[in-house]
Amino acid sequence: MSLLAIQHLSVSYGNIQAVSRADFTVDEGERVCLIGANGAGKTTLLKAIAGMLPVAHGAIHFAGQSITRLASHQIVHLGLALVPEGRGIFSRLSVQENLAMGAYIRRDKAAVQQETNEIYQRFPRLGERRNQPAGQLSGGEQQMLAIGRALLSRPRLLLLDEPSMGLAPLMVKTIFETIADVAERGVSVLLVEQNARLALATCERGLVMERGEIALQGAAATLAQDATIQRAYFGV
Amino acid sequence: MNQKSRHAWLVFVALGIGLALLPFLVDAGLGRSWVRILDLALLYVMLALGLNIVVGYAGLLDLGYIAFYAVGAYCYALLASPMFGLHLPFWVLLPLGALVAGLFGVLLGTPTLRLRGDYLAIVTLGFGEIIRIFLNNLNAPINITNGPQGVNQIDPISIAGLSLGKTQVLFGVTFSSPHLYYYLFLILTLVVIFVSMRLQDSRIGRAWAAIREDEVAAEAMGINVRNIKLLAFAMGASFGGLAGGLFAGFQGFISPESFNLMESIMILCMIVLGGMGNIPGVILGAVLLTVLPEALRYIGDLQRAWLGHVVIDPSDLRMLLFGFALILMMLFRPAGLLPSRQRKRELSAAGDIAEQEQASVYDARH
Repeated sequence: MSLLAIQHLSVSYGNIQAVSRADFTVDEGERVCLIGANGAGKTTLLKAIAGMLPVAHGAIHFAGQSITRLASHQIVHLGLALVPEGRGIFSRLSVQENLAMGAYIRRDKAAVQQETNEIYQRFPRLGERRNQPAGQLSGGEQQMLAIGRALLSRPRLLLLDEPSMGLAPLMVKTIFETIADVAERGVSVLLVEQNARLALATCERGLVMERGEIALQGAAATLAQDATIQRAYFGV
Repeated sequence: MNQKSRHAWLVFVALGIGLALLPFLVDAGLGRSWVRILDLALLYVMLALGLNIVVGYAGLLDLGYIAFYAVGAYCYALLASPMFGLHLPFWVLLPLGALVAGLFGVLLGTPTLRLRGDYLAIVTLGFGEIIRIFLNNLNAPINITNGPQGVNQIDPISIAGLSLGKTQVLFGVTFSSPHLYYYLFLILTLVVIFVSMRLQDSRIGRAWAAIREDEVAAEAMGINVRNIKLLAFAMGASFGGLAGGLFAGFQGFISPESFNLMESIMILCMIVLGGMGNIPGVILGAVLLTVLPEALRYIGDLQRAWLGHVVIDPSDLRMLLFGFALILMMLFRPAGLLPSRQRKRELSAAGDIAEQEQASVYDARH
């Protein structure tokens, strides 16, 4: 059974329908990317899944439970974490405090401590600057912090909104390696990304969004070969 | 015992003895009226620490905080005065005042949950005034609050048959009423400080810090932003209610006049001046802003002695100097006299740059 199942999902801002009748699933351990032009409704869709926007029609099921009407803080408890667009780090709190906030819903302090240390090993820059305010980190380091923080809630599904936005190419590479690594360890990933080529190379399956609708979906390798997609998103 | 902890102990003991002897020293050096001012300073410390939870910890700008002080004070006054012929004991009244004020905190907090910043400030300001106006007008058709005349002949606080309103001789030492109140207020202030410290380091305290920084991200961490905000309002309000009850018993008379907007602003200034979010800073701010205006009264006497008459009324001078002090503070120590760690970061140059960077990235994206 799929971990996340979206059925006929529509989301509106007042009279404007931003997402209409979206249908897709994400399986346990699967990496799925959502690509599309600016304003196609990708972020809206992600926010609606995370409970940050009200759903107009349709249903969202996560781990066999309906989360359509749940608030986002409740959804986190079920194992669904969002790394928001713009990262949403607490810039005046220290790196350490930011990570501690990621583990807010957990009570097992020893395990949290160990996982925090693992994050410092994975991202040594975060370890070095653990007592500095997170706002002083570079964009890439902030993105790493945001991912590390989300992982500390022990999610089964990680939603990532434009993790490559505004980052240097080398940093983008590191971030995507991390995403692949996270998935390797059994966390499902739903990735919204502008960089379609990279997203399709990292994920197993792709969804293409156009004007609020899911226009195409299929294996990432197949989509990457698709002439229309190449023209529209790769700039070939 | 190592050197450092021995030092800490010595400081602790010295501070304890100092605080215990303070009213006697003040009485001998400056006179009885200054012991009363000391009592009021302790009440303001409690109030400022309460508001610090709402503004400093949770980042919710509340301009109507004095309303909770009023609720606590009226709660005590109406249940321990000839007004309704009720004379409930102090140990019922104080928790009750804190509880009722806490409920009012939730009541007033609920409609403001979606508001932040300036909008929240305006609405809370309105709420503060609503409470005061209600107290002013609830003398008709049924007389509940006695309107603008206020409530008088409020029972002084009495503990185990010992009235704090009268001079008492204990262990061969004579304690006047302000001295007795001083010790009670001191103990309760220490309790409030202790609770404040524990709250700051708790899971709730971290959640408050998170919503202060970024509500959306806090929600994404699994924090129930609504409940955590209401808890901040309730906790802050209950500290205010406690102080209000003490004030009513101490003063013996209260009227709606004592709870005007200026008072709310004064308490806010105490925490801004002292250092928002930092307990020692808030205490310092509260003490300074209670004691300094009183000290200014002497300027009137000085003028009379030197010039033969009063040229500038000390009460006019008070606001002038106060405004001047605030401007200087904002220029030279914007994070307060004893700033909190986070506040310092926020206002430090490096923090600003990172903020700007983030803002520009954000702007580029939208």
